Amino acid sequence: MSTNNLSYNDQGGSDSAVEVGQETTPTSSNAGAGFGLFSTNFKKNDDLKEMLESNKDSLKLDAMKRIIALIATGKNASELFPAVVKNVASKNIELKKLVYVYLVRYAEEQQDLALLSISTFQRALKDPNQLIRASALRVLSSIRVPIIVPIMMLAIKEAASDMSPYVRKTSAHAIQKLYSLDPDQKEHLIEVIDKLLKDKSTLVAGSVVMAFEEVCPDRIDLIHKNYRKLCNLLVDVEEWGQVVIITMLTRYARTQFTSPWKEDGLFDENSETAFYESDEKKTKNGDEKKSYMMDPDHRLLLRNTKPLLQSRNTAVVVSVAQLYWHLAPKHEVGVITKSLVRLLRSHREVQYVVLQNIATMSIQRKGMFEPYMKSFYVRSTDATHIKSLKLEILTSLANEANISTILREFQTYVKSQDKQFAAGTIQAIGRCATNISEVTDTCLQGLVLLLSNRDETVVAESVVVIKKLLQTQPTQHSDIIKHMAKLFDNIAVPMARASILWLMGEYCERVPQIAPDVLRKMAKSFTSEEDIVKLQTVNLAAKLYLTNSKQTKLLTQYILNLGKYDQNYDIRDRTRFIRQLIVPNEKSGALGKYARRILLAPKPAPVLESTYKDRDRYQLGTLSHTINTKASGYLELSDWPAVAPDQSVRNVEVIEPVMIHLYFYYPCPLITQSSSEAESDEEKSSSQSSEESDKSSSQSEKSSSESDSEQKKTTKKPPQKKTVKPTLRLNHTFFLVPVLLSVVPVSGYTVLSQSKCLSRSLFSLCILTPCPLSCAAALLQVSGPAFVPEKRHDLLHRMTGKGLSAQYQFPRQPCLYQPTMVSVQISLTNTTDHPLEQIHIGDRGPTGLDMHCFNTVECLLPEASVTVSLGVDFNDSTQAANFQLCTKEDQFSVSIQPAVGELFLPATMTEQDFRKEQGKLLGMNESSATITMAAENTTRQPISRQVATVANLGVVPSGQDNIHRFAGKTASSGAVVLVTVELRESSAALITINTEKSVMGPMLLRDLKRALTRA
Amino acid sequence: MQLPAKMIHSLFLVNSSGDIFLEKHWKSVVSRSVCDYFFEAQERASEPENVPPVIPTPHHYLISVLRHRIYFVAVIQSEVPPLFVIEFLHRVVDTFQDYFGVCTEAAIKDNVVVVYELLEEMLDNGFPLATESNILKELIKPPTILRTVVNTITGSTNVGEQLPTGQLSVVPWRRTGVKYTNNEAYFDVVEEIDAIIDKSGSTITAEIQGVIDACVKLTGMPDLTLSFMNPRLLDDVSFHPCVRFKRWEAERILSFIPPDGNFRLLSYHVSCQNLVAIPVYVKHNITFREGSSQGRFELTLGPKQTMGKGLEAVLISSQLPRGVLNTNLNPSQGTYNFDPVTKLLSWDVGKINPQKLPSLKGSMSLQAGASKPDENPTINIQFKIQQSALSGLKVNRLDMYGEKYKPFKGIKYMTKAGKFQVLPAGTGLGFKKIIQYKYRTKHTSLQEGLNTT
Repeated sequence: MSTNNLSYNDQGGSDSAVEVGQETTPTSSNAGAGFGLFSTNFKKNDDLKEMLESNKDSLKLDAMKRIIALIATGKNASELFPAVVKNVASKNIELKKLVYVYLVRYAEEQQDLALLSISTFQRALKDPNQLIRASALRVLSSIRVPIIVPIMMLAIKEAASDMSPYVRKTSAHAIQKLYSLDPDQKEHLIEVIDKLLKDKSTLVAGSVVMAFEEVCPDRIDLIHKNYRKLCNLLVDVEEWGQVVIITMLTRYARTQFTSPWKEDGLFDENSETAFYESDEKKTKNGDEKKSYMMDPDHRLLLRNTKPLLQSRNTAVVVSVAQLYWHLAPKHEVGVITKSLVRLLRSHREVQYVVLQNIATMSIQRKGMFEPYMKSFYVRSTDATHIKSLKLEILTSLANEANISTILREFQTYVKSQDKQFAAGTIQAIGRCATNISEVTDTCLQGLVLLLSNRDETVVAESVVVIKKLLQTQPTQHSDIIKHMAKLFDNIAVPMARASILWLMGEYCERVPQIAPDVLRKMAKSFTSEEDIVKLQTVNLAAKLYLTNSKQTKLLTQYILNLGKYDQNYDIRDRTRFIRQLIVPNEKSGALGKYARRILLAPKPAPVLESTYKDRDRYQLGTLSHTINTKASGYLELSDWPAVAPDQSVRNVEVIEPVMIHLYFYYPCPLITQSSSEAESDEEKSSSQSSEESDKSSSQSEKSSSESDSEQKKTTKKPPQKKTVKPTLRLNHTFFLVPVLLSVVPVSGYTVLSQSKCLSRSLFSLCILTPCPLSCAAALLQVSGPAFVPEKRHDLLHRMTGKGLSAQYQFPRQPCLYQPTMVSVQISLTNTTDHPLEQIHIGDRGPTGLDMHCFNTVECLLPEASVTVSLGVDFNDSTQAANFQLCTKEDQFSVSIQPAVGELFLPATMTEQDFRKEQGKLLGMNESSATITMAAENTTRQPISRQVATVANLGVVPSGQDNIHRFAGKTASSGAVVLVTVELRESSAALITINTEKSVMGPMLLRDLKRALTRA
Repeated sequence: MQLPAKMIHSLFLVNSSGDIFLEKHWKSVVSRSVCDYFFEAQERASEPENVPPVIPTPHHYLISVLRHRIYFVAVIQSEVPPLFVIEFLHRVVDTFQDYFGVCTEAAIKDNVVVVYELLEEMLDNGFPLATESNILKELIKPPTILRTVVNTITGSTNVGEQLPTGQLSVVPWRRTGVKYTNNEAYFDVVEEIDAIIDKSGSTITAEIQGVIDACVKLTGMPDLTLSFMNPRLLDDVSFHPCVRFKRWEAERILSFIPPDGNFRLLSYHVSCQNLVAIPVYVKHNITFREGSSQGRFELTLGPKQTMGKGLEAVLISSQLPRGVLNTNLNPSQGTYNFDPVTKLLSWDVGKINPQKLPSLKGSMSLQAGASKPDENPTINIQFKIQQSALSGLKVNRLDMYGEKYKPFKGIKYMTKAGKFQVLPAGTGLGFKKIIQYKYRTKHTSLQEGLNTT
């Protein structure tokens, strides 16, 4: 089909010239349309018009395909606009798409006609199919016609609150298009951006940040509240979005955090665990000046971007690398090295950009890339610009230890057939020689050997480099100068000749015999030399005249005379100047006396340094860095602020739609041991608790006021009295348990509606009980699991733990530290005969699972045990949490493996709501199985118990006897999980699980099947 | 007033003879004349590969990649990470290759409408939209002969009507509703060895890089785990987005819901710089005598440390010095070819029989009167070893969760030469000698160095 079309066009091209003159019309665009092609297309286009106006879709489609082929080859098809635009409302989806492509291309030129199509798009914006809505918005916003700006604005605003994240993503793209069409809309667009930034969908995040970068990159304040969310979403955002977000966050971080580079040594890696867990102010005592503590948000960014170094997308890897380079403490930057070196095996173009970045980095931090030196060895198949970059990096990496290896490598390069590269290598040798004084002589000798090379460029480059080296090297190199003088006749490259002449002049006193002879030769060949050589000859003559006027007076005068009548005005100027300066006559006044000091002044040695030296003024990985000039639209990376701006701006109140947890806790370990240690610990914790309580109450006040409105809306039932009676028993061996207040609006537990009241009652709810935590939890849990499995899992056996044994269980409480975490209780027992000290969680490995560790247990006496609680964010996967349990002496690697059922939190909902939710989660979100139930499991209670044992789900009241429903949400992402067990005849049952977590669904199903079929 | 917009503005496809054969604009039209800057750079470059990837022009920046002898030139107007554009362009090429089997000028011209539709879906306003091949294939069906015929008759189209489900799900790389009658999963472990060997046969650098390419045709939503016998070998890895990073970090297990069809699961680097077993050795002796118009050429190669597996598809190539006019060589097996214009010598050896080592011997005729070439040529070697991964990496097991059927599983290992070079014998600059000498006495007379020249 399209081949026909193309061949037709080719014909058109050949016989077009005839008609050029008469047929040109003003509508023909300048878009590179083949000069005369338009005219012949004209006739044939009639045929296309006919096809477009026919009734058959297939004919129309044919025509459109040919038109697209025209556009693709850059030919003008704009005069078909009226015929094409009629088909914009076609039912045929491919035809429609092709019309869209055409429209976007030509609307700008045919503005009036383009307006005809607008109403179609406006209609399509209301279509129930999200794909159609999105593509309508895409095309509408791509039509660059200023009149429709208000319509676009409206469409964008609507799409920004669309149900479908895909449409919202499209609206983020449309923002940029509208902005480039009409920058006056900025203020309105910023409102939309602000709204979309709050979006939780990973689909939207990348696009909206892109819009932000384009429209209002200076509105940092819009990012504050979304900062943490963006950090946490980052891993799941599509790769292109990741690049944009990382680049933006780099800039953000440089304005918000203090420099981690000042007192690098003081920064303690181990304290890392302690500061990201809560939103506490980083230092209470105001001793920020003394020791640097990294802002937890700063740490969050570094931690969440690190896994992306493993991305297959090279742009993502480099953007993470630049983030680490610009933001991480110096000793942590090393993690990026390996990944960058890995990229060197990618395509040529990727290598080019990565090598440039490495070149800049390696100047400042040699150590980072030195172990990978061999990766920068040049291969004969590399492209020229890759070779020179590798050379650059090798030169930067050279130091006393590796210089001999590098020089040996350079030696092979000098022999390369690529002479330009060989010349580059010689320059590199020169740089090594100046940087590392130990090898200067060696290099110089090597270079002298090169002077006898057969290739002219190599020799010339060596001369130039030797000249520079001799300048940096004082004295005693007259041998080399002599040698060069000998070679002078054979060297033809002007730059090299000029360099030798300059050397002769500069050190003429060291080679008193040779220099005049060289000048003699030059006098002979002066007229046939290049300008640069002539200039140096004049210089040499002048210098010799000053030092050795006896021998050279006549020669000098001869050369000056030649120079006087040279064709080049530079040379004439120079000659005139020199003559006045050195030849004494009555006119030359004061200056003549100083001629010697002027011409033979000691000259500073040239600094041989890398061209990448100053590149770091540009953010790494940017276009500006690559081309070493500021590209338009480049955003400067600001310096670190001296004092960090307010950190609380990033705090976000968590609003839970289903369940509202107000909590209040003491983060001390729970100790069931009467000892003096325990008491001291207790004191500590109580002093801490008074501070804490202030803070947490204010926090809860805030969140309750937030939640108030929601409560009022959702709970119509009259508030019931709390069933929980706070018991207050003070005991010698007491411990403070986390007090949890679950307010479940649906089930009617509205505790309080006044925030003041709430905080007061919170204090009264401070419960101190001596029983194990799980009991307390069961007592307090007002909704949620009726059942908490007692099953404990071994974490560390006492044999492997050298007497320390640990078991864990899931208390099935919402985690106190962070709502996305699953809480885990660990009971530690000391089975040895000596006290174990400082039990804590050590290195958590690179798993990246977010964990809230328990505070260090200072001392555990023999035969004593202690229960501590942990929070682990399993990220809704059954992946094990690995960490090290440490005592003062030992470290044990342990892991917590959650069953899938433990990753949920129970939710309560009405049957109606349940059905509604279920309706949304069909298709791939549903997994089901038919099973044969064990005989005793056929009634309501056993089923509920079995399900509750397997998974932490809430029971949903059901109207039918044979259908049992359970609901919950995943701890980490809050995705709804719905389980239906439908009893069929003869103990068969259908289990259905609806959840958008497509991995957890089947796993839960498997567990449930096992539990329900088991006798 | 229009502001300079970010991201990719336009794309031009340029063939090796410097013709623009396709253009696509995502924003307002940029005149073709912008490519003149590119052509200038192209002329300046001695080899096609030497065209710089980033070219600044007064109003635009041109970022280009060269694949299959086609330049893909992206025009951008303002600051954007260059790798972002480069990576995207490579992704475009990969997609074309995936759709049309080959990415040539002819294939692109034949499928110009599909190309346009693809480019339209891949970028919106210059920002990548859908680059995952599984999603694209749901949006735009790849052309097959059958479908072309059916479409011509029925008037149906290549364009999907529904939003690809993957676009919205947590596994955007996999389409839903995949069904196969034969469920199979194949994994190819392919390792490439890059090495530079010096004349004496000792290794200057050697690195092994590997990839695991998968072809997975499994029904439904399978959740796979792949474990290795010796995962510690892998020093540095990069994953397809489907791989659960945390699982790898914790257990060194690859756990993933695979995309449908072909994809690269993993690429890795093996960290055993000193332990790399070089599977082949080359003995060569290439000499030119001063004053004579003849040179001698001798080359023998043989297997070494191949763990019993044979070397196959061995190909030797070398760029001989410019002074060489022609060669008269005698291969003991295979065919050899010398191009007198490019001076490229290539010898297709084929399989190496360890009992009878292949050799190539003979003479070279040099330009009369020309001086002896300075440098001896580097020798590049290509080879394959079937059923063996040089690093010794072994897949332990592959398990599938989430689906009931039993899939057929297959693993294949292969080793290839990557950039494998043998350096010529060098006359040397004498650096080595001087350095050793130098460390004994710091300042010595230069006389010695000068005398030798």
